[in-house]
Amino acid sequence: MKITQGTFSFLPDLTDAEIGMQINYALKQGWAIGVEYTDDPHPRNFYWEMWGNPMFDLRDAAGVMVEVLACRKAHSKLYVRVNAFDSTLGFESTRLSFIVNRPKDEPGFLLRRTEVSGRQIQYTTESYATRAPEGRRYE
Amino acid sequence: MSSGIATDHVNLNSLLADSNVNEVLQELDTELIGLKPVKARVRDIASLLLVERARKQLGLVGSAPSLHMSFTGNPGTGKTTVALRMAQILHRLGYVRKGHLVAVTRDDLVGQYIGHTAPKTKEVLKKAMGGVLFIDEAYYLYRPENERDYGMEAIEILLQVMENQRDDLVVILAGYAERMNTFFKSNPGLSSRIAHHIDFPDYNAMELEQIADSMLKKMEYRLSVSGLEALREYIPKRAQQPHFANGRSIRNALDRARLRQANRLFSLKDRPLSRDELMTIEGEDLRNSRVFT
Repeated sequence: MKITQGTFSFLPDLTDAEIGMQINYALKQGWAIGVEYTDDPHPRNFYWEMWGNPMFDLRDAAGVMVEVLACRKAHSKLYVRVNAFDSTLGFESTRLSFIVNRPKDEPGFLLRRTEVSGRQIQYTTESYATRAPEGRRYE
Repeated sequence: MSSGIATDHVNLNSLLADSNVNEVLQELDTELIGLKPVKARVRDIASLLLVERARKQLGLVGSAPSLHMSFTGNPGTGKTTVALRMAQILHRLGYVRKGHLVAVTRDDLVGQYIGHTAPKTKEVLKKAMGGVLFIDEAYYLYRPENERDYGMEAIEILLQVMENQRDDLVVILAGYAERMNTFFKSNPGLSSRIAHHIDFPDYNAMELEQIADSMLKKMEYRLSVSGLEALREYIPKRAQQPHFANGRSIRNALDRARLRQANRLFSLKDRPLSRDELMTIEGEDLRNSRVFT
């Protein structure tokens, strides 16, 4: 099951050239770029691991691509995403975020229904991948 | 290949016009005084890139030329200014994508403790990508007297990027000629990756006078007859003194002359001053300089 998180996630995976173009766009807007990775694909997992510091004051995508490729090389089996952060007063949040690397095999999610009081049901989603301990997922 | 003139001929003139590079070259010619050998080399590089572009249009493949440069010359001979123009030229000819100049010195590249240098250097390199990285007084990177100095680490990272990401950035190393020479001698790897060594000659008295003139024009001042006379005497005298920094010394001299002019005018504050008086630097403004005592 292909995970659809962030921008472009319903499209086929972006090529490196396309990633570069998106980064160039973000840099042109004056956004700071960060590269992050994780092995926990739960949609509510906002805090991915940072790959180095966010990059400020860059002018060209080549600088970011160095880090994207390095992170991909180090974590080729995990999810890697690029975040573009807008520090303008009032925004101060991520304006663009897209996945640039994903595991070959994405096992998908389990939907667990728990019956609680009355006839209520609580739903929980859980990634099959996270059944293995951290660091041993997607092996 | 399809037949027809369009595919096997290119017109360098139209390529030149398309790139707008002539404007920058013209500016270089008019705004910078003297520096004949430098301008000639810049023109050479521009034509090389233009021809390279023409070749590409006709489908002739060749690796992009290596354009890392070293600018050697005494202080104040216009190295930074030319680097700025160089970035524009390279951008207009499509050699670098963004055409900005990132000027750094040792402090920006070399860290304070173990493990600090690599990220610091990489960050600077990332900022410079798509443009030109100008390393002023590059020889400070290498300190042979201290074997635990982190400068060497910065040089190694620099070398790697200069070699592998040639089309992402151009590195210009700058500094005094002699010290750069010893620096290159002790770092042959660096020297061999730099294709263009451009030497910036010192200005002669005539050129310095022209520089002073153009600086004053920009600041909307002018020299009186006695002021010009004083400047003509001042320049050779200042040039003999230690720490003479060509154009920069002239700028400083003019700044101090402005200060003295302001003082002189202030002592006349009881009467109204004309526009002319506010603009003119008299001989005494320059003659009160330390150089004349």
